Amino acid sequence: MKRFIRESAAIVQVELIKLIRDPTEIISRAVQPLLWLVVFGQVLAQVRGIQTGQLSYLAFITPGILAQSVLFSAIFYGIAIIWERDLGVVHKLLVSPALRISLVFGKAVAAGFRGLLQATVIYLIAFVMHVSLRLDPFAIFAVLVSVMLGSGIFATFSLVIACIVKTRERFMGIGQLLTMPMFFASNAIYPLEIMPGWLRFIAQINPLTYLIDALRGLMITGGESIHGYAVDFSVLLAVFCALLFVAVKLYPTLAE
Amino acid sequence: MPDRFAIDTSELTRQFGNLTAVDHIALRVPYGEIFGLLGANGAGKSTVIKMLTTLLSPTSGTADVGGFDIIRSPADVRRRIGYVSQLLSADGALTGYENLRLSAKLYDIPATERKERIENALEFMSLVDSADKLVRTYSGGMIRRLELAQAMLHRPAILFLDEPTIGLDPVARHTVWDRLIDLRRNHGMTVLITTHDMEEAEALCDNLAILHRGKISVVGKPAELRAGLGEGANMDDVFVHYAGGSIQESGTFREIVQNRRTAHRLG
Repeated sequence: MKRFIRESAAIVQVELIKLIRDPTEIISRAVQPLLWLVVFGQVLAQVRGIQTGQLSYLAFITPGILAQSVLFSAIFYGIAIIWERDLGVVHKLLVSPALRISLVFGKAVAAGFRGLLQATVIYLIAFVMHVSLRLDPFAIFAVLVSVMLGSGIFATFSLVIACIVKTRERFMGIGQLLTMPMFFASNAIYPLEIMPGWLRFIAQINPLTYLIDALRGLMITGGESIHGYAVDFSVLLAVFCALLFVAVKLYPTLAE
Repeated sequence: MPDRFAIDTSELTRQFGNLTAVDHIALRVPYGEIFGLLGANGAGKSTVIKMLTTLLSPTSGTADVGGFDIIRSPADVRRRIGYVSQLLSADGALTGYENLRLSAKLYDIPATERKERIENALEFMSLVDSADKLVRTYSGGMIRRLELAQAMLHRPAILFLDEPTIGLDPVARHTVWDRLIDLRRNHGMTVLITTHDMEEAEALCDNLAILHRGKISVVGKPAELRAGLGEGANMDDVFVHYAGGSIQESGTFREIVQNRRTAHRLG
């Protein structure tokens, strides 16, 4: 266990150093949630075409935009993995005696820290736009855990795809193909209740839905988790463990 | 004595679909030797290295590295080897020191020894002054030396180098050679090196094997291989003779030597 923590921490440390040295990605990724909340959210709020219960539309979509931001940021993690493969960094890591699970888990945790930076940006935007946020320590802590877990899931999923496609060109195509359908087939910008049956079914098997459900209850004053936190976190944890298992099996194939 | 050889392969084979990249190779490298693996592009050199460093599973056959089976005990093999890949694998977004610190942690070098080992490695590779600079600002030769420092930091018994001097200028190339000779002399390290460079093979290797289409054409000392081809033969001639291709395209060895002599005389 000590070895697993040390090795994972070494990977996280390296990723964080790189992120701090070049925060361009974080800054550029802040633009998209800004557009969704300030433009899309405000316009749709005026229309009042989507019933969101006691929450304002802006408050309703804020957790959805955070989850979207986490998804979009983490899902392209695979490109960095393919880049590392092309540079030979993956080969060097895999020749070391480090546990494969440490290498993959370290990447997932590093993605989690990127997600936390996204969350900070979205909290700031939401605060400026007078969205009523829960700021009690339990809620904040639980949001951090949710974001870490969500980032870990999508980064690991991304790593699995990278291991299968192995080239940046293919990955870009598949990444685009996955992210938008995952976003629209979730409860990010409209509630599950108004979806047609087939879409609701897809949303129910989409892990993004459970992340948003948990965030909606934890971030927004008066918000609630439809499935319940126990279900949300159990699903997220189970998906993360399953993806981690697959990623650990596939990661060494990157060096073949 | 089963552990006499640092590398001991038997019938080692790797297939990719219908292509047999490495075909029933038997290779024995004694401890403390610098061993060259030569061959044309696609001959199977990198595939052999990938299997011996546990990056790729063999289709059949066995190999012991550092006394451990690459299939049954890959983790033990990894603890005993260092590896410099053909690609420039040092992370350009990190400093030299940070690259070495990552290696130290992944190779479980105790925290109390890390700093000293890293400093020694930097000094050995003449990188002390550049330790805190981003690797993306290094020259090709400096990156190669850093990668060697990373590969030797945990004091491996065996070092695998996949075309380590490819693309380097002559000064940088000779610096890398000097460090490799030092490593062998001071630490008794076994080195398996792949190269296209015949001058490198002759300058560094105690023994070498030439691969052709996944099979070993010949194994021997550079001087013996040259002598085997007759008076006046150089290492390029040895390569052409055993690595195949050129003979069919350019005539026999004798004809090649004659043509060269003629060209030399003509200036």
